[in-house]
Amino acid sequence: MHTPTFQRPMRCLAAALFALVLCSTALASAIETYPFSSELEETRFRSLIAELRCTVCQNQSLSDSDAPLAKDLRREVFGMLQDNRSDQEIRDFMVERYGEFVLYRPPLAGHTLLLWGGPVGLLVIGLATALIAIRKRRTAL
Amino acid sequence: MIRALIPLGVFVALIILLVVGLQTSEERKLIQSPLIGKPIPEFSLPTMQDPEARITHNDLIGEPFMLNVWGSWCWACREEHPFIERLGREAPIELIGFNWKDRREDALAWIERYGNSWSRQVVDFEGQTAIDLGVYGAPETFLVDHRGIIRHKLVGPVNANSFDDLMRRAMQLRAETQ
Repeated sequence: MHTPTFQRPMRCLAAALFALVLCSTALASAIETYPFSSELEETRFRSLIAELRCTVCQNQSLSDSDAPLAKDLRREVFGMLQDNRSDQEIRDFMVERYGEFVLYRPPLAGHTLLLWGGPVGLLVIGLATALIAIRKRRTAL
Repeated sequence: MIRALIPLGVFVALIILLVVGLQTSEERKLIQSPLIGKPIPEFSLPTMQDPEARITHNDLIGEPFMLNVWGSWCWACREEHPFIERLGREAPIELIGFNWKDRREDALAWIERYGNSWSRQVVDFEGQTAIDLGVYGAPETFLVDHRGIIRHKLVGPVNANSFDDLMRRAMQLRAETQ
């Protein structure tokens, strides 16, 4: 069967992307390895350290950071998982000590309403403005 | 005419926002401790001078004190040391050292070289108590009242301004015990 020539570069691109994904997962697992008792526990550990902020290097999560404190906190998270603590309890543990700032996904509450609602609000304002502008032009024509 | 000025207004407002944002960026990096107003966490840590001896939170409650988190690896601690020395001499409350994630021999060599300003010193090599205290860098200085409540936390080195502030707060804590 005849294959269109454009498929070749696409394949190369796909291979390159795949290699990149492999590399990044290899990098991500460069942090300490813990003896997880189950796959679920490992998944929980990974998602928790990805959504907790490293307070030393503030634009990195615990999973990204090489800082000694991030290492201590990962050990802490692992220890709490071993103690059968829930994800929420682990998040609360961090918030009690470092404040809500450590959560990359802050809770939806009164004081975070602007943060969560802001983008939607801006979108509504934008749509309303566009609508008014379009109507005005229509009536002008 | 006025309508034409609207984009300019928006532009100026944006510029103001960005300039203010740049100037307060350092401040925004400081994390307000949620532990202020809460009791100091429980701990039991070895002392610097004698690794066999331990100091616990119960040993400290009863008198107000300052807890200064430092490490020999932290350059800002060297920078603040002249002020720590003054706090140790002049403050009306005890100044306790909290040696964080350090090696004993390095810490002792540092003290030998720059002087010992702390009346007592606890060692937290594991960093467990530091996590309970919400420590995220060194130096940090906590003020704890005689009931064991954390009243203030300074993140970063003590300088001329924060020295005066710490002294004022320390005097207030001393006054509260009477």
